[in-house]
Amino acid sequence: MSAVVALEGVHKSFGALKVLDGVSFEVAAGEVVAIIGRSGSGKSTALRCINRLERIEAGRITVCGHAVHDPKLPARALRLDVGIVFQAYNLFPHLTIEENICLAPSVVKRLPRREAQSIAARVLTQVGLAEKAQAYPEQLSGGQQQRAAIARSLAMEPKVMLLDEVTSALDPELTGEVLRVIEALAAGGMTLVMVTHEMGFARRVADRVLFMHQGRVHEQGEPEILDRPATPELAQFVGSVL
Amino acid sequence: MVSQLGLPHLQFLATGAMWTIALSLLALLGGGILGFALALCRVSPAQPVRLLSGLWVQLIQGTPLLVLMFLAYFGFPALGWRLSAFSAAGGALILYCSAYLAEIWRGCIEAVPRPQWEAAEGLALSRIQRMRHVVLPQAIRIAAPPTVGFMVQIVKNTSLASVVGFVELMRAGQIVNNSIFEPFAIYAIIAMAYFCLCWPLSLWSRRLEARHGGAARLAAAP
Repeated sequence: MSAVVALEGVHKSFGALKVLDGVSFEVAAGEVVAIIGRSGSGKSTALRCINRLERIEAGRITVCGHAVHDPKLPARALRLDVGIVFQAYNLFPHLTIEENICLAPSVVKRLPRREAQSIAARVLTQVGLAEKAQAYPEQLSGGQQQRAAIARSLAMEPKVMLLDEVTSALDPELTGEVLRVIEALAAGGMTLVMVTHEMGFARRVADRVLFMHQGRVHEQGEPEILDRPATPELAQFVGSVL
Repeated sequence: MVSQLGLPHLQFLATGAMWTIALSLLALLGGGILGFALALCRVSPAQPVRLLSGLWVQLIQGTPLLVLMFLAYFGFPALGWRLSAFSAAGGALILYCSAYLAEIWRGCIEAVPRPQWEAAEGLALSRIQRMRHVVLPQAIRIAAPPTVGFMVQIVKNTSLASVVGFVELMRAGQIVNNSIFEPFAIYAIIAMAYFCLCWPLSLWSRRLEARHGGAARLAAAP
């Protein structure tokens, strides 16, 4: 299997703070990779570098054949292949859920209105929100908003989806509905890279777990590493979150 | 031939008030178009564009409107470019409004939460598309109350056009006073007239603010 996402020795600092200190990993097509680690370990930054929301200082990132590290690469081509879902949903508050979903297909892909709407209907059904098409984001619960945000990303038919702590802003009783949607995506063969604090979920859904520590991938492997950590850092981390 | 304050005087003042409104609308429209362009320049990704537009805004904001009017009305003819009182006053007001509206609107654009930009970026929208479809529609809602509030300043500042001889409300009042010399009555009427023009704008601005909860409703998104 060829890598859909590949990071090689990626470095990134915010001012004097070194956030990524030589991060390398690969994600194969259809693979589900969970990135775990303490806050400040660089996991969200690594994710954001993959679709160039953050620029890297050194190293190489290749995503679906796009050389992300090359400043001359047009961002549009990259982002057509990579979807991202954020912790805080970031739906557009002035648009209905349907308009949120139709915006990129109509504006970026120039699809006719009718076609964009039928895509919206399909992805909303997929996340179980078909009846909320005409609602505004503020009228939905957090879990519904996050599912709508996933639908919005799906509407662009990305080859890879990046999920940045998508359940962290939710009340515990609302995380389940979002995790089920992600599980269905994983089962459908979508390539997923997710930063998560849900260890149980990572264990159940991920093909591979990456543990980040001090700006590097400290340990990685099948979810079983959570039960039998090889490094004291991962053991300590697993101990602290369980 | 001193006479009493009568209907012809009031009609003359009413005509002046019409010109005050016309001048205000011109300043709002011209200043709005120029100010919008300047606001976009102020948030441009290109640093020279940001700096130059910022310098221009600072220059206008640091200059009294009265000086701008004198420059247009008395200064330009010295260079061989004669402007009517209306053009000079209108031009100065447009420049003045553009600088203030640009700063108000720049603030409103920047008040749209950064993650909104990123969400649009993640969906492959270009910078212009992000601005047009995601940021500006939200910025406009934030901008409505302060913009209507600023219209009060515009209306009041048109009174400065009187000093270059343009007969708007204030100048009309001076002319009537020169003829009948009843300064208290006349300037009280003028003050009331300005108040009647500005008060509804203030109310409107406050209503807009209440309706949108300021920027709170938009910014409150988690």
